[in-house]
Amino acid sequence: MQCQICNKSEATIHLTEIADGVRTEMHICEHCAAEQGIAVKSQMPINELLSSLLASQPSDEQMLGAMDKELSCPQCGFTLEQFRKEAVLGCGYDYELFEKSLLPLIEKAHNGQTSHCGKIPSKTPADTKKQIELLNLRQQLETAVQAEDYELAAKLRDKIKNSGQQREIKD
Amino acid sequence: MKLTDISSDINEWFNGSGPLADIVISSRIRLARNLAGYKFLSRCSIAEKSEILKKLKDALMSLELGDKIFYISVDKAAALDKHFLVERHLISRHHAFGKGPRGVIIAQRESFTAMINEEDHLRIQVLKAGCQLSGCLEQINRIDDMIEQKLDYAFSPRYGYLTACPTNLGTGIRVSVMLHLPALKMTGQIGKFFKATRDMNLAVRGLFGEGTEAAGDFYQLSNQVTLGILEQDIVRQFENTIIPEIVEYENAARNQLLASQIDVLDDKISRAMALLKNARLISSQEALFLLSHLRLGINMHEHMGATTPAIERLYTLAGSADDADKPGGLSITTINRLFMLTLPAHLQLNYGRPLDTTHRDALRAKIIRSALNS
Repeated sequence: MQCQICNKSEATIHLTEIADGVRTEMHICEHCAAEQGIAVKSQMPINELLSSLLASQPSDEQMLGAMDKELSCPQCGFTLEQFRKEAVLGCGYDYELFEKSLLPLIEKAHNGQTSHCGKIPSKTPADTKKQIELLNLRQQLETAVQAEDYELAAKLRDKIKNSGQQREIKD
Repeated sequence: MKLTDISSDINEWFNGSGPLADIVISSRIRLARNLAGYKFLSRCSIAEKSEILKKLKDALMSLELGDKIFYISVDKAAALDKHFLVERHLISRHHAFGKGPRGVIIAQRESFTAMINEEDHLRIQVLKAGCQLSGCLEQINRIDDMIEQKLDYAFSPRYGYLTACPTNLGTGIRVSVMLHLPALKMTGQIGKFFKATRDMNLAVRGLFGEGTEAAGDFYQLSNQVTLGILEQDIVRQFENTIIPEIVEYENAARNQLLASQIDVLDDKISRAMALLKNARLISSQEALFLLSHLRLGINMHEHMGATTPAIERLYTLAGSADDADKPGGLSITTINRLFMLTLPAHLQLNYGRPLDTTHRDALRAKIIRSALNS
């Protein structure tokens, strides 16, 4: 494919832009991209990717940023402005405090997922553990169904059912 | 224990053993953890970092991790030692050249390391030769459980293990395999690999050298999603889907070389041999590039029975003393040893002092010549 700007070189950069629901595509060469001020890295470091994602969300920022922008964590003094520079948070509480601003990012970084399933520290209180285990089972069930492993899926379904019953008896 | 005790040989995960080792060099799993009740490192004072370091170091050094366990204070280490630890994949570049009190614990013949005060308070990793991700997961979980008995991790029921960067949130797990893909490169099909990794949401890095360049056709492939997925499901995806698919691509490219591009293969191996046997100065990049072709030749002979004139010549070599098990030819072990021991910091540490680039290039060329001409 030829570059849409110079019509000479091979187009190696393919941009897709979605603005107001309208999708536009652009195919250009590296030289023209540089002239247009489009920086391209073959593998963008994840931290940079994150900061650029955060920076590219003006609409979210307008909605939430007004509230979060001036916010600073009472425990560590962290602000969103610092996150934009360093791409790391200040303490565990920031996930709660800045949840509204961070959630879209977390969703993007993790393929749409926004809650944990997987290992749990053994010291976790029994009730919390139970809840997370149930989430884990549901996740495993989904994977089994996707993989068309119906035998495993049936077993998992029983497990989920049983754990629900135990809860009812306990309640 | 001194670094020079380990610098004269390759580590276990690079010794060419393990399942699928002709393509999958090694498997690695790391977990990112932070202590409850402390800020993340970017907001910690030096005193707080020292406190975290002491707490983690004391807890980890008291674990039953085998007899040879040692600790290196990274902030106090000499520049050359830091470079060595990075080359050896025992610490990250970020850890080596970061700031503040920090250290690394190395155990189980380098198959386990714990970086303290990297981006997170604690990053533990397990490395094994070949395709052994399930084994890595089992081992790292066991060690993680042992640590957790002694300390409290920052954990939220909603988000899982809390990490400084949201990209590690949840399981905090990074599953990686190091791959050698010379035939895909040689046949101009490496794009296929990159496309597959993009489609599967995986990150690709070079194994040696800085940044994304893949010197010696070694690639490191890892997961990016850490939240909302079970650790064992990530490992299963690698073992059942990702690795078989890429191994198949590389094997198809190797077969293609044999079936229709034998001259290309023979040319690359012959040129590599001629240069490596005769060069008086050789850069690390060039050595990696050329050794990769010899590694391909030997693997194609051993795994596919390929015999081309150039490959046959590899087997007429006297073979070095390292190849006692296989006289009359080069072994993968020798090639792997040359890959690692000719990296800049390895060279200098084994020589006993820092060397400038020209002297390094001369020493590297000499080591390679003597291994191939003996």
